[in-house]
Amino acid sequence: MDSNFVEFLWVLLLGSLLGLELIGKVPPTLHTPLMSGANAISGITVLAALTAIIKADGSIPLLVLGSVSLGFALFNVIGGFLVTDRMLAMFSRKSARQENR
Amino acid sequence: MEFLNYAIDLVAVLMLALGIKRLSKVRSARAANQLAAVAMALAVVGLLISYVGVPSFDGEAWLWIILGSVVGGVLGAITAQRVPMTSMPETVALFNGCGGMSSLLVALAAALFPGTLDDGTLVAVVSIVISVFVGSITFTGSIVAMAKLQGWLATPDWMQSKLRHLVNIALAVVCLVAAIKLIASNGESQGALWLLVVASGLLGIGVTLPIGGADMPVVISLLNSYSGVAAAAAGFVVGSQLLIVAGAMVGAAGLILTQVMCDGMNRSLVSVLFGGALGASAGSGGGGGEYTNITSCSVEECALTLEAAERVVIVPGYGLAVAQAQHTLREVTRSLEAAGIQVDYAIHPVAGRMPGHMNVLLAEADVPYEQLKEMDVINPDFPATDVVLVLGANDVVNPQAKSDPNSPLYGMPVLDVQQARTVFVVKRGMSAGYSGIKNDLFELANTSMVFGDAKKVLGDLLGELKELGVGKK
Repeated sequence: MDSNFVEFLWVLLLGSLLGLELIGKVPPTLHTPLMSGANAISGITVLAALTAIIKADGSIPLLVLGSVSLGFALFNVIGGFLVTDRMLAMFSRKSARQENR
Repeated sequence: MEFLNYAIDLVAVLMLALGIKRLSKVRSARAANQLAAVAMALAVVGLLISYVGVPSFDGEAWLWIILGSVVGGVLGAITAQRVPMTSMPETVALFNGCGGMSSLLVALAAALFPGTLDDGTLVAVVSIVISVFVGSITFTGSIVAMAKLQGWLATPDWMQSKLRHLVNIALAVVCLVAAIKLIASNGESQGALWLLVVASGLLGIGVTLPIGGADMPVVISLLNSYSGVAAAAAGFVVGSQLLIVAGAMVGAAGLILTQVMCDGMNRSLVSVLFGGALGASAGSGGGGGEYTNITSCSVEECALTLEAAERVVIVPGYGLAVAQAQHTLREVTRSLEAAGIQVDYAIHPVAGRMPGHMNVLLAEADVPYEQLKEMDVINPDFPATDVVLVLGANDVVNPQAKSDPNSPLYGMPVLDVQQARTVFVVKRGMSAGYSGIKNDLFELANTSMVFGDAKKVLGDLLGELKELGVGKK
């Protein structure tokens, strides 16, 4: 784990810097959709929940914990992406109509 | 096979980063959101592929995967479709809280069944502690934020007093002790684990509950950042680089957004988190006082002035969102536009309940995106504006922020509506805004108050305009 750990720390550092850089340039208009979209991405814990279920090896309490965790994460992911899409659909519908004029 | 997994993870990270980046442009935002969703699906498929052939990945595991996915996914989809646009902030809070809960549960699973998910090293135990702590705070904090925005929960009086700081400090100390005990026992002390879960959960409630409604978006944004941190910590627990990257990106995003919101309100993050509700302290003190010179007018007079105008600027605020009056507003502006009057919307950075929230609400009502003008763009135009219609906004149009160095609002960027020829303020009554501070704008000679619920006033206004024949060819 030790060499892995250092590797993970690098990943953490670079990921954080990437996030700061990517998001520093968003206009205020898109902040609510962005927050909602970023929130959906934070549901990436689906991966951790899936890992828990797969590694449970028949242990019922672990399977249940993993499954409930997966449910919460997917609620976040699916709901988050759909609701963001609903918000953004209004903007894009608007600009598409402007172009057609 | 291992190479394939690395490739899939790399592509997924790339797509997520590209998705976040392209979310920053109106034109590409929707596709970007879809790209991020596809990236997420790809990451899930990649993970499932990587476990193909592992003996424990059997039919039983699939059963539990499908069970959890269907329940969570269907509920999420229904919530996303049903929820009204005006409730976006609390919806984001709810989703966010569930993300935190997911990280918390994974960490709990790792702690309760040592050796199955993690490798039992010090790093793993510390990661579990962080994931439990942050996940628990994110969950309870988000749920409290949602309940407060929905009006289900009021702040108890004792929470407004200094006592809450003592309670929260005590809870934080308990968290710290439990964390140290858990780490010292190499993750085996279940008592310490549950103590940590409960204490950090209570801390999440204790920190969020005293915060006033106006500051709640800042808190949701901060909690959004936390859920990213919780995900990254869970990534350390199960050893997933993809989780760490995505979690870190969201964590950084939330922080930036939080800072932007604080700047817009001229509040520091510290004062939001520890100052409690601004109204409670400022309402009685500085900047208060009675209104002496108020001019109120009828909807009819307002309609007559609008009819004669050439340039009208609408300033929508929280009150408009609460009254759900954006559709009625759109009908009013349609008839004005049909009469050849130029109509723009001045959007303060924190109009509504979150940055960008007002844009979403107006877009829902079919307002052309091009008519939404940001503060810096519209401010030089006010002297050339005939009529400004302020709808349920208050602090964002308070001239005190520029003229009175003693005002608590001093320094906050505001819309200079008082420079327009006529200002109509549609408001329910003379109650103060969120900040609890008197608004000098209401006493100016060129300001008239139109009292009433924004939706009702706009409905009446529409009727008056029709009677005047505005917008009819």
